[in-house]
Amino acid sequence: MLLSVQDIHKTYQTADGPFEVLRGVDLTLAAGETLALTGESGSGKSTLLHLIGGLDASDRGQIWLQGQDIAALDDNGRAALRRGTVGVVFQQFNLIPSLKVADNIAFQARLSEQYDPKWAAELADRMGLGPHLNKYPEQLSGGQQQRVAIARTLAPKPRLVLADEPTGNLDETTAATVMDLMLELVSEAGAGLLMVTHSAALAGRMSRRLHLRAGQVA
Amino acid sequence: MTKAALQALLSHWWRNPVQLFTLLAGLALATALWSGVQAVNAEARASYDAAAATLGEGQYDRLVRRDGQPMAQETYITLRRAGWLVSPVLQGRLDGVRIVGVEPLTAPAGIGPITPAQGADIGSFLTGQGQLFANAETAAQLPDLDVIIAAETALGAAITDIGVAQRLLGKVGQIDSLIVLPSQPLGRPDLAQIAPDLLVQPAQGGSDIARLTDSFHLNLTAFGLLSFAVGIFIVNGAIGLAFEQRRPVVRTMRALGLPLRRLIVLMAAELMIFALIAGIIGVALGYVIAALLLPDVAATLRGLYGADVSGTLQLRPSWWLSGLAIALGGTAIAASGALYQMTKMPLLAAAQPRALAMAAGQRAKTQGAIAAALLVVSAILMFTADGLIGGFALLATLLIGAALALPIILSGILAAMNRSARSVTAQWFWADTRQQLPGLSLALMALLLAMAANVGVSTMVSSFRVTFTDFLDQRLASEVYVRTSDAAQSAALLDYAASRADAILPIQSADTQVAGQPTEVFGARDHATYRDFWVFLQNAEGAWDTTFAGETVLINEQLSRRAGLVVGDTVTLQDSSFAVAGVYGDYGNPIGQVVMSEAIFTTLYPDISPQNFGVRMPPADVADFVADLEAQTGIPATQTVDQASIKAISLAIFERTFTVTTALNVLTLAVAGFAILMSLLTLASMRVPQLAPAWAMGMTRNQLGRLELLRAVMLALLTALVALPLGLALAWALLAVVNVAAFGWRLPMYLFPADYARLAVFALLAAGLAALWPARRLARTPPADLLKVFSNER
Ligand SMILES: Nc1ncnc2c1ncn2[C@@H]1O[C@H](COP(=O)(O)OP(=O)(O)OP(=O)(O)O)[C@@H](O)[C@H]1O
Ligand SMILES: [Mg+2]
Repeated sequence: MLLSVQDIHKTYQTADGPFEVLRGVDLTLAAGETLALTGESGSGKSTLLHLIGGLDASDRGQIWLQGQDIAALDDNGRAALRRGTVGVVFQQFNLIPSLKVADNIAFQARLSEQYDPKWAAELADRMGLGPHLNKYPEQLSGGQQQRVAIARTLAPKPRLVLADEPTGNLDETTAATVMDLMLELVSEAGAGLLMVTHSAALAGRMSRRLHLRAGQVA
Repeated sequence: MTKAALQALLSHWWRNPVQLFTLLAGLALATALWSGVQAVNAEARASYDAAAATLGEGQYDRLVRRDGQPMAQETYITLRRAGWLVSPVLQGRLDGVRIVGVEPLTAPAGIGPITPAQGADIGSFLTGQGQLFANAETAAQLPDLDVIIAAETALGAAITDIGVAQRLLGKVGQIDSLIVLPSQPLGRPDLAQIAPDLLVQPAQGGSDIARLTDSFHLNLTAFGLLSFAVGIFIVNGAIGLAFEQRRPVVRTMRALGLPLRRLIVLMAAELMIFALIAGIIGVALGYVIAALLLPDVAATLRGLYGADVSGTLQLRPSWWLSGLAIALGGTAIAASGALYQMTKMPLLAAAQPRALAMAAGQRAKTQGAIAAALLVVSAILMFTADGLIGGFALLATLLIGAALALPIILSGILAAMNRSARSVTAQWFWADTRQQLPGLSLALMALLLAMAANVGVSTMVSSFRVTFTDFLDQRLASEVYVRTSDAAQSAALLDYAASRADAILPIQSADTQVAGQPTEVFGARDHATYRDFWVFLQNAEGAWDTTFAGETVLINEQLSRRAGLVVGDTVTLQDSSFAVAGVYGDYGNPIGQVVMSEAIFTTLYPDISPQNFGVRMPPADVADFVADLEAQTGIPATQTVDQASIKAISLAIFERTFTVTTALNVLTLAVAGFAILMSLLTLASMRVPQLAPAWAMGMTRNQLGRLELLRAVMLALLTALVALPLGLALAWALLAVVNVAAFGWRLPMYLFPADYARLAVFALLAAGLAALWPARRLARTPPADLLKVFSNER
C-alpha cells in the first residue's frame, strides 16, 4: 500500500479555544490509484492534505507512506519527503516569480537531485509550455501557470501526488484540459493521486471518492 | 540542492534590481555615514596622540621655574646628584618646526622616537653630532639639517638630543623643564631645599592639546553616534524589507522540500556577502566624504587650538575595519531577528493580511510600552543625570524612546485627521496614509533621528559660536597685544605706549594649584576694559571694585565647578586667602583660572614680570602704533597681534567648523531621504492593490500619484514637528549635561528658529524628492495591472 492513514486527529488553537478539525480520519491509497476528496468548505480537506504532504504535523494517529510513518519524522525528514516522495499541487500555483518557467519546472527535481532534463522537457512539451519556457510566471495566464506547477510537481517523479483544488482558479474548459493532462501523466508514472475537489464531474473521473464531514470520513 | 536553492534566492535580486540596489545602497550609505565621521575623528585623534606621545606632554610631572624662565644646566645637575630622577627638555621653534631636545639616556621610555631597534644611529644621537628625527612632511621644512625620517613623530615637531637643540636654538646651557620620572628613590631631599625656585607641574590626564580639542570632538562624536543610529535604522529597514518581500517565496521553497536549516544558512550567507560588498563600497564612500571634509577639519583644529593635524587622510585599519564591522554587525543583528522570525514562521499560514495586521497590532503595543518606559527614564535623567555616563544614557533613552514613539504619535494624528475629514477623498487619504504607516515607519524614524541630530548639533555649534564670539569680545578687548622678550623691551614698550595709547594693560600669569586643581593666576590692572567687557555667571556686588582693591579674586567656571567654589568661598594662594567675588565664563579653557589685582599679584609672585601687554587706543591709530613700534622700541611687528585680526581668524575658524557641520547635516538628511525612497519603492508593489479600488471608483492615476507625493511630504512635515522638540532636548542634554561632565563648563543654549525652519524645508525637500519617482511610477501604472487586482488570477 502506497499510503495508509489511520485515526488522524488535528486540532487548531484559535482565539476562541481549541478547534478540532479532524477527528479520526482513515484512508488508504494504492499506487496508480486516484482518489477524490470532497466535502464542504471548512470540513478539513486541505488540513488532511497538508498532513499527508508533510507540511504540518498531526496530533494523533499515523500516516504510513511507502511503509514509513511520517508522523515520526523530524523537520529535515519531512523536507526530504516533500522533495522526493510526495508532490503537492497548490490552488495558488505557488510558482517562484523570479525564476523562468523552465527553471520553475526544474526546481523541485533539482532540490531532490532527481533532475532529468529529458523528462522535464517532455513534461513541458506535453503541457504545451514549449513556447513559454523563457518567460516569467507573471507573463502567463492562470491556466498556463497551473500547468507549470503540475509539471514542476511531476518532474522529480513523485510516488504520490497531492492536489488541492488544482483547477479551482481556472475556467471550465481550461480546467478540463489541465485535468486531462494531469491524470494522463500521473497514470503513466504509476503514481498515486489524492485530489481535493468541489467538482462532481472531476470526482467522477477518479477511481475512488471520499467524502469528509465533521472531521470524519462519511 | 544548494545550487538550485541559491539560484532561486539570487534570481529574486536579478528580477528586482531596484530592491537589490536599495538594499546595497542603504547598507553602503549607513556605513559611509558612520565611517566618514569616524575617519575624521580618528584622523584628528591620531594626530594628537602622536603629538602627545612625542612630547610626553601631560604624562609626567614636570619641574619648571616659578617665573616661567628657562633654568640653568646646573640646576639639573644638582637635582641628579641629590638623587632626583629627572630628565631635561628644551623646546623652541626653528623654521616653523618645533624642535624638542631630550636626553635619550635619562628620558622615560616612550618619549621621542628613539629606540635602538629602529636602527637609528644612537651613537651619533648621543654625541650630539646632530641627527634629528621627524616625519617626512616636517623633515622637508628642515632641508639643511641631518633629519632621519621617523613616521610616528608628531607633525611639525623634530626630536633631537638636548645638546643639539641648545645649539640650534641658540640657548646653550638652558633647560625649559625637567621630566620627573614616575619612580623616584626614597629619601631624596625636598625640592624646596635644593631647588627652591622650581615648581612641580603635576601630570595631567591627557595632553593639553587633546583636552582642548575634545570639545570639538564631542561634537563630531555625537554626530557619529547619531549617524550610527540612523544607519542602524536604515540597515534594519533594508534587511527587514528584503525578508518581507521574499516571505512567500521562502514558503514555497520550503513547501517544495528545501530544509529550513539549509535555507537559513543560504540566506544568511547571501546577506553577509551583500553586507561585505556594501560595507566596502560604504567605507570607500566614507573615505571620500572624509577626505573632502578633512582639510576643513584639520584647518579648524589647527586654527582653533593650535593642534597640528595633517590635512591628509591615511587609511587606518581601525576605521575601515570598524566601518565593515558596522555593515556586517548591523546586518547580522538585523538579519538574525528576521531569520529567527523565519524559523518561527509556520510553513502554511498563508500571508493573511488579517493575521499580519493582528501581529502588527501586538507589536505596536509592545513598542509603545517600550517607548513610554524609555521616555520616562529619560525624563527622570533630565533632572538627575550628571557625569558622562548619565549624559549619554540620557541621550540614548531620549532618542530611542522618541524614535519608537513616532509611529504611535503619527498614527494618533492621522486618526484625528481622519475623524475630522469632510470629503470622501480626504477620508480615504487619511485612512490610506495610516495604513501605509507600518511600512514607512522605519524610514520616518531615520528621518526623525537625522532631523533631531541636525537640530541638536547645529544648536550646539551655533550656541558655541555665539558664546565664543562674545567671549572673544571679552578676552580680546584691547586693540593691540604686544609680546616682549625681555625686561628692556618691556620698559621700552611702557615708555613708548605712555604717549601713544590710552592705556597699557600688563598681562602676567603664574601656574599654580588651587584646591588641587591646576590653575593659572592672572594679575590684572584696574581698567574699564575689564569692567565693560567681562561677563559674570555669578557675582557679588561690586566684584571688580573689591578685586582691584585687592580684597577679593575672580575665578573661572571650570575652577568653580571642579573645586566646588562659589561666590563668597575662599581660595588660598601663596598662603594668602581671598574671597571669591565672581565667577566668569571661560570657554574652551581646560584648566582653572584666578584673576586678581596687579598689586596683589606682584606681592605674591615677585619673580614674574609681565611679557604680554594689552594696549588700548582708538582703532584708527592701531596701524600707526604698530608701524612706529620697532623704530622706537626695537620690538618687531611680529611680536604684535591686533585684536581685529585675531577675531577675524577665530571667526573664520568657526565658519569652517560650520562648513563641516553643515556638510554632515546635509549628508544625514540625504541618507534619511534615501531611506524614504527605499521604503516607498518597496511598498510600491503592495500599493497597486490598495490603490486599485480608489482608481476603480473614479480617481485618476495622476490624482493618485499627486496624493502619494503629498502623503510623503505631509508625513515628513509631521515628523519634523516631532523632531524639533527632540532636537532641542538633545541639544540641551549635550550642552548642559554632557559638556559639563566632559569639560567642566556649561555652554549657554541659544535658539535659532531660522536654522530650524531651513532644516525643516530641507527635510520636506528630501522627502518630496524621495517620493517623486515612486509617485510617478504609480501614476503610470498600466490600467491592466490595476485591473489584475480584481481578477482572480492574482
Ligand atoms: N492555521 C489554522 N488555525 C486555526 N484554524 C484553522 C487553521 N487552518 C484551518 N483552520 C480551520 O480549520 C477548518 C478546516 O480548514 P481547511 O482549510 O482544512 O478546510 P477545507 O475543507 O480545505 O475548506 P475549503 O474547501 O474552503 O478549502 C476551517 O474551519 C478553518 O477555519
Ligand atoms: Mg481547502
